[in-house]
Amino acid sequence: MATDTATLKSELAQTSGQFSTFFVADLFFGVDVLRVQEVLRFQQMTRVPQAPEVIEGLINLRGQIVTAIDMRRRLRLPPRAGNQTPMNMVVRTEDGAVSLLVDEIGDVLDVDAATYERPPENLDPAARELIRGVYKLKDRLLLVLDAERTVDLAVGRAA
Amino acid sequence: MQDQDVIREFLVESHENLSRLDQELVELEKHPKDAALLASIFRTIHTIKGTCGFLAFSTLEAITHQAESFLSQLRDGQRELTPSLVSLILETVDATRKVLASIEASGEEGPDRFEDLTERLRVAVRLTAGPKGECGPGQPGPGGLPGPAPEPSEDSASPEPAENKNPGEDAVKPSAVADANIRVGVGLLDKLMDLVGELVLTRNQILQFNTEREDAALNATSQRLNLITTELQEGVMKTRMQPIGMVWNKLPRVVRDMAVTLGKQIRLEMDGAETELDRTIIEAIKDPLVHLVRNSCDHGIEPPEVRVRIGKPPQGRLTLRAYHEGGQVNIEISDDGAGIDIARVKQKALDKGLLRPEQAERLSDREALNLIFLPGFSMAETVTNVSGRGVGMDVVKSHIEKIGGVVDLFSRPGEGATVKIKIPLTLAIIPGLVISSGGERFVIPQVSLLELIRLEGDSSEKHIEYVQGTPVYRRRGSLLPIAHLNQVLGLKSAERAEAVSMVVLQAEDRQFGLVVDGINDTQEIVVKPLGKQLKGLTVYAGATIMGDGRVALILDVLGIGQRSGVLAESRDQARAAAEQKTQSGIEQQRLLLFRAGSFARLAVPLSLVARLEEFPQSAIEHAGGGQVVQYRNRILPLVPLRAVLDSDVGDQAQTADPVQVIVFNDGERSLGVVVDQILDVAEDAVTVRQKTSRTGLLGSGVVGKQVADFLDLNQVIHAAAADWFQGTGGSANGKRILVAESSTFSRGLIRSGLDMAGYRVREAANLDEVIRGLEQQPVDLVVTALDLPPDGSSALLAAMRRRPEWQAIPVLALVDSAEQVQARAGQAEGFQDCQPKFDREAMLESVARLASALASADTAPVTAGKER
Repeated sequence: MATDTATLKSELAQTSGQFSTFFVADLFFGVDVLRVQEVLRFQQMTRVPQAPEVIEGLINLRGQIVTAIDMRRRLRLPPRAGNQTPMNMVVRTEDGAVSLLVDEIGDVLDVDAATYERPPENLDPAARELIRGVYKLKDRLLLVLDAERTVDLAVGRAA
Repeated sequence: MQDQDVIREFLVESHENLSRLDQELVELEKHPKDAALLASIFRTIHTIKGTCGFLAFSTLEAITHQAESFLSQLRDGQRELTPSLVSLILETVDATRKVLASIEASGEEGPDRFEDLTERLRVAVRLTAGPKGECGPGQPGPGGLPGPAPEPSEDSASPEPAENKNPGEDAVKPSAVADANIRVGVGLLDKLMDLVGELVLTRNQILQFNTEREDAALNATSQRLNLITTELQEGVMKTRMQPIGMVWNKLPRVVRDMAVTLGKQIRLEMDGAETELDRTIIEAIKDPLVHLVRNSCDHGIEPPEVRVRIGKPPQGRLTLRAYHEGGQVNIEISDDGAGIDIARVKQKALDKGLLRPEQAERLSDREALNLIFLPGFSMAETVTNVSGRGVGMDVVKSHIEKIGGVVDLFSRPGEGATVKIKIPLTLAIIPGLVISSGGERFVIPQVSLLELIRLEGDSSEKHIEYVQGTPVYRRRGSLLPIAHLNQVLGLKSAERAEAVSMVVLQAEDRQFGLVVDGINDTQEIVVKPLGKQLKGLTVYAGATIMGDGRVALILDVLGIGQRSGVLAESRDQARAAAEQKTQSGIEQQRLLLFRAGSFARLAVPLSLVARLEEFPQSAIEHAGGGQVVQYRNRILPLVPLRAVLDSDVGDQAQTADPVQVIVFNDGERSLGVVVDQILDVAEDAVTVRQKTSRTGLLGSGVVGKQVADFLDLNQVIHAAAADWFQGTGGSANGKRILVAESSTFSRGLIRSGLDMAGYRVREAANLDEVIRGLEQQPVDLVVTALDLPPDGSSALLAAMRRRPEWQAIPVLALVDSAEQVQARAGQAEGFQDCQPKFDREAMLESVARLASALASADTAPVTAGKER
């Protein structure tokens, strides 16, 4: 918390070329591995009445209160099947840690910078706003999630 | 008091410096050519010398001055360092220590002037270029071996070597100040605070276990843990406490500089500088305080010649006061200057476009004062280096509010102004009451809590009464408005319990009851901030972690009160009004209450009122068969309201002098309605509407728990000044508007606004009536409420779309609040526009726009359709 924001920013600006991956519905996402603080099983949440609907609740992460954002709702995707519990992917942002609720956690992948491309224009606007680019992997596309924009709920609200 | 602090700080700092000096000098003996080391030693001595001079410690200054000259020679390479010179410096260091010890003990330098040492230093300095023969301290040849055994000089033989080995141990008593103070990184303190927070939580958890088990040993241990934790918590909190004087210290200088720059005479008085506050809070109020002080100097206190002219002493007085009160710290900044010129504040706000003229006229003095807190507001005529950049009071306010504080402004014209800041002692750990509602747990800060009320069985129904749908509770004879937490937060309500639990809360100066499902217990909680995603929610002040490790939300009492509507007047009222945001809920609006004739309580929406005036009877003249007054270079027709309402009474002579007049504006023209007495301005949810057939009245409703009759301005004006509407120019004239709204009251309001703007208005209460209305007569524009019965306004749109002749008619949708306008903006539903229901200006503007668009497009299709 007390970390100097400037150092935090420069820390966050670093990229490792490695991505922690996860699934939301049939989309395959990646977040820079340096950004990921930890991955947790579904935690007990405290609901926040009157909060924006993408916010699932608050979790206690060893004394730190972390907001959990449901990625399905954030991306305007249909809700998860009833028996499927989401996973917490806790990412560090300029505003502290935020947990993204995703369907499933994937591997950490090394990607080849040459396969990078801007996000396709015809992507759903809700998702496009949050995606920085796409890596064309051999068998699928890895969407690079912009964590800062994802946790900024003002982004994509107008769309 | 302040000098003491300065000296204390000087002592601590000097002791630190001297300890370093010891090390550095020993190091220097090994590397006599190390320039960086020499420079550092020189700097240290120089610093001590400078401060001594400042604090008027002449002995110390003399010693350090000689040592400094001597060191500067060494630094500049004019002479070489020998062990005996090192001894001389060390001797200086020890002498300095002795003097410091004496200052610490008695505040004086002590009797020993160290003349001998000073003299020897002087000699050493003079010797630089001269022969070495007469050298006093020792006989250091250039070839003298560097070593720990310097040749003692004849007169100060014994103490030197001893102190060399054990500096500060035998000759000088260790400094109590230096030993009693350690400089600790703030980061470490913050970390400790966090850990103590965690410990408090764990303690709570263990205490909870303890109540479940009947184990004597565990009981005793947990009691001890409880005590120790509490004590530890207090201790750690104290480490972070600092006197507010820390911030105030720099204010005398600020004031002096300001006074010189502005050519004023200002005396600064400070009271309560020892009041302690948490470090984080001290940090947060530093800038706001400086800003407020500058403001007082710049805008408050008058130049001496002005002061003398108005009979004040030429020297202005600025008072800072800090004191504890009820777990909070109050800080007051007051001056005996001119106070705040409300008219000028309004004018400035108008000039800056922060306010519209008609709003300005409506503002109360108190609200006008609050304009100062608007972003971009500045009273300065020109931008100077002192002030006038328009970044000011809004920043002050937001800074203070960020730490849970409140800023209040009081002004006594001609006598001065006071800014009162209330801030919490600490932000980290607060006592709170845990309650449950809708299956969730919440915490209410104890500061806002007044009492708990439990109503059992029948009494619950007996004691909660409904004043036209608004629940109130009789608490020791006075009525307490009630809100239900489940409703405020949109939680599901529990099934009817046999008892009702209510917490009585204080938000600013208001009280209200909050009904919750259950009251659990009180706990020390650690306040943790919410992520930025949740910052917009005014109902929460933060979150905390409960004994069981789960997160609970901390309620913001003020936010809850405002959201539920029990605290009608929010502290951001002026700002909200200026931004023309309808933040209040459905049908909540400000009403002007007044009395006329046999009607003791009449109401008219304040938004229609241009201003309130008093005219002496003598000013009333008769013209054109009616009463008029000359008003602002115009003729203002007067309508005696009692004559209109009590038509049977007839036009009685007005006995009141001066007469009370409500002025209504419509663009160019004004009209005055004469009433008997202005009662109040109420902001309230209008709960009941009963239509009457009486001329001049719309109906009645409950305002502020009492029934009031709503004036039908339209009818009043028509009845009394029929020709008022004639000659209304502009596009408005003759346009036909159909108002579709189920609420008679709302419809009346909308209608009166449109009527006054010169439109021809017809009303419809539901879809059928709209269709009928459209069929009967052509209409240029339809204004509809979104919730038009039976199926909402979309049904109306669908119906209109089915008839080709109606397709071209623009439809304006009215929603309950400004937020809804935004929400609707995204999804075009076929309306030409969407506006908040009670924002008359916005509605009229929209109507005018739609109507003029229509005029250019020609109204032909409508009439053509009619003929088809």
